[in-house]
Amino acid sequence: MADNKTPFVQFSEVQKTYDGEILVVKDLNLDIEAGEFVTMLGPSGSGKTTCLMMLAGFETPTEGRIMLGNRELNNVPPHKRGIGMVFQNYALFPHMTVAENLAFPLEVRKLSKSEIEGKVQRALDMVELTSFGGRRPGQLSGGQQQRVALARALVFEPDLVLMDEPLGALDKNLREQMQYEIKHIHEKLGMTVVYVTHDQSEALTMSDRIAVFNDGRIQQLAPPADLYERPENAFVAQFIGENNRLLGTVEEDDGRNCAVRVDGRMIRAVSVNHAGRGSPTTLSLRPERVTLNPEDGSLPNIFDAKVEELIYLGDHIRARVSTCGDDEFIVKVPNAHGHQTLAEGAEVRVGWAMEDCRALDA
Amino acid sequence: MAQMTDTAGPVMTTADGTPLKQALARATRRSKIRAFLLVAPLLLFILVTFIIPIFDMLSRSVSNPEVQEAIPETAALLADWDGQGLPSEDVFASMAKELSKKENRREIGRMAARLNFEDSGFRSLLNKTQRRIDRVKEGPYKDALIAIDKDWGETRVWKIIQLMSPPTTLSYYLNALDRTYDQDGNVVMQPDWKQIYVQLFLKTIYVSLGVTVACLILAYPISYLLATLPPSRGNLLLILVLLPFWTSLLVRTTSWIVLLQTNGVINDTLVWLGVISDENRITMIYNMTGTVIAMTHILMPFMVLPLYSVMKTISPSYLRAARSLGANPLVAFVRVYMPQTVPGVGAGSILVFILAIGYYITPALVGGQDGQLISNFIAYHMQKSLNWGLAAALGTILLAGVLAMYWLYDRIVGIDNMKLG
Repeated sequence: MADNKTPFVQFSEVQKTYDGEILVVKDLNLDIEAGEFVTMLGPSGSGKTTCLMMLAGFETPTEGRIMLGNRELNNVPPHKRGIGMVFQNYALFPHMTVAENLAFPLEVRKLSKSEIEGKVQRALDMVELTSFGGRRPGQLSGGQQQRVALARALVFEPDLVLMDEPLGALDKNLREQMQYEIKHIHEKLGMTVVYVTHDQSEALTMSDRIAVFNDGRIQQLAPPADLYERPENAFVAQFIGENNRLLGTVEEDDGRNCAVRVDGRMIRAVSVNHAGRGSPTTLSLRPERVTLNPEDGSLPNIFDAKVEELIYLGDHIRARVSTCGDDEFIVKVPNAHGHQTLAEGAEVRVGWAMEDCRALDA
Repeated sequence: MAQMTDTAGPVMTTADGTPLKQALARATRRSKIRAFLLVAPLLLFILVTFIIPIFDMLSRSVSNPEVQEAIPETAALLADWDGQGLPSEDVFASMAKELSKKENRREIGRMAARLNFEDSGFRSLLNKTQRRIDRVKEGPYKDALIAIDKDWGETRVWKIIQLMSPPTTLSYYLNALDRTYDQDGNVVMQPDWKQIYVQLFLKTIYVSLGVTVACLILAYPISYLLATLPPSRGNLLLILVLLPFWTSLLVRTTSWIVLLQTNGVINDTLVWLGVISDENRITMIYNMTGTVIAMTHILMPFMVLPLYSVMKTISPSYLRAARSLGANPLVAFVRVYMPQTVPGVGAGSILVFILAIGYYITPALVGGQDGQLISNFIAYHMQKSLNWGLAAALGTILLAGVLAMYWLYDRIVGIDNMKLG
């Protein structure tokens, strides 16, 4: 991103350690544009929540700088940062009504009474809880509490809103519904959102860009489609979506494409992130890009396989086959009109295009 | 299908026709009996050692059988007396007769003790009369009794006997509230030099309030620290708070004597540091100061534990949320954290206050003269003056006060808002 204007939020060379021995965040660099919806995605312990807490001001970076606009945030206390935040367990004040919860950030900003009333009412309207102002948080359902927490983080019109796994406690249907609602509110209000989750489908649904965290580093920062279709390393390929991994050694490499020896067979793949000829590599291949029983010569990679297991999933059938020395190789067979009928133990052939197979780090 | 509609009548029944409710009751009876048997020993124990003594105390505070038992006939005759002048010769005669009965000596002794609580001349009057009554062979008994002791010629003496004749009395309660009956049976204030209990009750309440407030102020930060520290260090600190619990109450109280006495550790240190001179050592013990200091220390864990258990459940994310919403640390603490600790504050305060208001051993040991509280006087009347009726009345008033506190707390805060652990 060679952009001349300064980014809205900027992490530069940020490091964080709690005990002076282990770095939880290692050399983090991240630029976020104004109005962007960026998700920090990663397994637990990957450092994503720590990054969010440093941005919110509840943790201080051990090294490096965090900038918000033109302001360096390192020494600004949380209450002066003007950043809205939605917490994992909502953190609605149980001794206040919903309206009092929403009024709280406005009262501490010393707004006039009429102004507060107007803003609280508009915030309640926005999350469709117009008549719930007099209730206590304990009298609301999980989804309603979630909306109140969202409204409270937005009511004082911050330019930046942080969300720390806000949908983690909701059931699946409600979670999906809330994902769209948050997305729509973001589109309507145009604030910048930094969202933390470990749920990849949530990240793919909502984000403009996703930063995949592992081991204290950003492994890849890209829009959802790029992340899924063009993973840059084995971790991202494995973490996002389903993935077939084949381990092999690079035999030929012309800089763009390569030939990889896997279990005595040569597989043609795209060179993405390997160390050149003779080095080990991980081949990544999405199960839905594998063709079953292709015509000879139609694809550069065609191999014999044996069906080990079939799982019927309605819209598609998952076939676990053994090929190229891997008996965990998954093929998704769409349940389309006239699809091929398979039987367990049958000998088949599997094939895939060179572009769909990416040679990544070992 | 037809059969099913037949059986589904208004009363649900089991397969063999017994009503469903009856079957359920039978099925749960065994577990109910077992549950009752499990609590029965404790129930019995509480009944015998707690409930019955409390009712015994309540009845003792109004019971007044002594005069009735010792001189039943005279008491019956006195009931008709109009209280003017002296009673008739019949009354004197019956009094002389009943006082001379040898088999009545124990009852008369008790009556003497009872009447002595009302007027301290009665014991000697009755003893003297009993010793000499044998010499009186015949009437007129009025003159004979007055000859033995001229107090028999005073209306006041007869008036008191008449007032104390009914089998129940409120005089112990009047006494406990610094009031008494005058000659005509009206309720009046005790003479100034005998007025101690109302002041003592007030002092006990003030001291208890003071101890409660001191405990709250000292315990709040400690509890906050305990609740917010990482568990390993928090537990260590909690053990330090609980340590006094494992030490004998007497040891704790006497160690305060060692610290606070005129030649104790604190005074010695202050003199050594030159803060005070050797002649002006501070008196910190055997007075109210000592009582308050020692009681605050001893009752502290009862404040810390409820506060800690409430604070432990308050997620730190509330404070974070408040700060992210723009509140500075102080506002966040006062508006978001403190209101959530109210159940702990209420529980701790009421616990400490109720324990303090009936506290006995610490004031007895370190209170000296003016550090005594109401419970010390109850103990005095139980053990020394043997005025159990007055002790019972004082105890009942104390109990009523505590119950009133509960009621007030329930009205203001709500008892289900209280969290003890």
